[in-house]
Amino acid sequence: MSALAPTTSGLRFASVTKEFPVRGGGTLTALSELDLDVGAGELLTVVGPSGCGKSTLLDMVAGLSTPTSGTIEVHGREIRGPGLDRGIVFQQYALLPWRTAQANVELGLEAKGVPRRRRGAIAREHLDLVGLTGFESRYPHELSGGMKQRVAIARSLAYDPEVLLMDEPFAALDAQTRESLQDELLRIWRATDKTIVFITHGIDEAVYLGQRVVVLTPRPGRIRAVVDADLPAPDGVTDLRSTPEFVALRHRVWEALHAADPADQVPDPAPAGPAAPTRTLEVAHV
Amino acid sequence: MSSALETRPAVAPPDAPAFADPPTLGRRSVHDVARLAPAGRRLRSGAARAARASVALLAFLVLWELAPRLGWVDPVFLPPFTQVAQTFAGLVADGTLATNAGASLVRAGAGFSIALAVGIPLGLVIGWSSRAAQYLSPFFEVFRNTAALALLPVFILILGIGESSKIAIVAFACTFPVLLSTIAGVRSVDGLLVRSARSLGLRGTQLFRKVVLPAAVPTMFTGIRMAATGSILVLIAAEMVGARSGLGYYITAMQFNFQISQMYAGILAIAIVGVAINGGLVLVERRLMRWRP
Repeated sequence: MSALAPTTSGLRFASVTKEFPVRGGGTLTALSELDLDVGAGELLTVVGPSGCGKSTLLDMVAGLSTPTSGTIEVHGREIRGPGLDRGIVFQQYALLPWRTAQANVELGLEAKGVPRRRRGAIAREHLDLVGLTGFESRYPHELSGGMKQRVAIARSLAYDPEVLLMDEPFAALDAQTRESLQDELLRIWRATDKTIVFITHGIDEAVYLGQRVVVLTPRPGRIRAVVDADLPAPDGVTDLRSTPEFVALRHRVWEALHAADPADQVPDPAPAGPAAPTRTLEVAHV
Repeated sequence: MSSALETRPAVAPPDAPAFADPPTLGRRSVHDVARLAPAGRRLRSGAARAARASVALLAFLVLWELAPRLGWVDPVFLPPFTQVAQTFAGLVADGTLATNAGASLVRAGAGFSIALAVGIPLGLVIGWSSRAAQYLSPFFEVFRNTAALALLPVFILILGIGESSKIAIVAFACTFPVLLSTIAGVRSVDGLLVRSARSLGLRGTQLFRKVVLPAAVPTMFTGIRMAATGSILVLIAAEMVGARSGLGYYITAMQFNFQISQMYAGILAIAIVGVAINGGLVLVERRLMRWRP
């Protein structure tokens, strides 16, 4: 990983505000004046407590809803609706249960209008990329949670989007599967050079994966802090999560998150004490 | 299934990489295990299942045989099963049953097809558009709760005693289960699948054809099977009221002529036709929904 200064922009938010009408009048501000520049090829993670507008953010980037004010651009083009320049990976996989792994991966290619024969080849190639060679004809119910999420990742990569959005994709998996998929994601990211925005509520995950970690505040969602978290690539030998660098970074993110939550009534006896990071590793994990 | 497959080493070797989800682990799913089961055992378990399934039916037939013979009921009104079976065989041989069953099946098939042609498209529209539902739901609610046979006099008055009135009433009775299950099927499509498909750029007919329709099929099929069973039910009743052929006609005609054994043979034929239709639909359903766990 090279030192990053986002030279070209992959995804740009310019004072994005999203308000929802509330029953009985008035509005709820889900996101307020969000300014953010995600560099092309960057892996950016977003953490925040529940109610910080993560899903709102995702919906707008997906083109399923529009900002109340402000603009979102992908590679300089303003988002005006759903498009194949962005791929989304959902927490609950969202695979079509009546399609095989292969046919699920082909879905986006069908929307793109890729001819049948090319579709098959591309789908096989991407199933291979996520380590599912030999599972092409399996139906989703014949696959484990981790494998389903691999299929979903393959589907989102297959039609070659410029930006990959991941909405807590590993939250439903057990801890070991999650760790192996995190490494897998880093490998795929290096292999494909995609811009990835990864939404999570796990601080460890955010620090482990992200080159930068964006911390959001709840109601309305605002950027609280952007933490540079460019750790060395996992080499498969070192336990990266136990290095002092990782622990320090995790603590910085934890502090930012902790300060961000006004609902937190617990008085903090040692606000910046060294014991603090061991206390809470994840927030809003309800 | 086999407990040996579920047993894994309790402690992993300390140096092994902690991959909880290596792709190879899923290679042997439960389904494969079932497929790999020795043919002999599969056959034996199949025979056991068949035996369990037919116990109650066989007991019923034995009771039917014995009750008239032992004088528990009047053999004139309930001839023993073997006698009915003989009559049945005779009626199959001389073509009487085939003619009447054929007449009934043509009517039921025609009515059922009309119901599918009307109910499925209409249900898709109503299920997808909440506006159409607002306008049409009360209307369907009224008709759905009107017993179809209550309308038989109306159909006969308007369409006469011929084929069309009977086909019409079957179509009427079958439309509602098909329609309502199609609406329910479309409504129950997982919103996440639609959201994800829309984010892939699918919209309009493509979204409908590739996501909404296949997702609705399982629920739709429940209604289709109900409709098929209902089609025979309503038709037989209609034929009993006024017809010159068909199984319903045959049963009442034999009753009036006091040919009780023939009457029971006709009832037996209806039971067999009903079971066969349902079985056929189950096969179609299974074929369409092979992806289900």
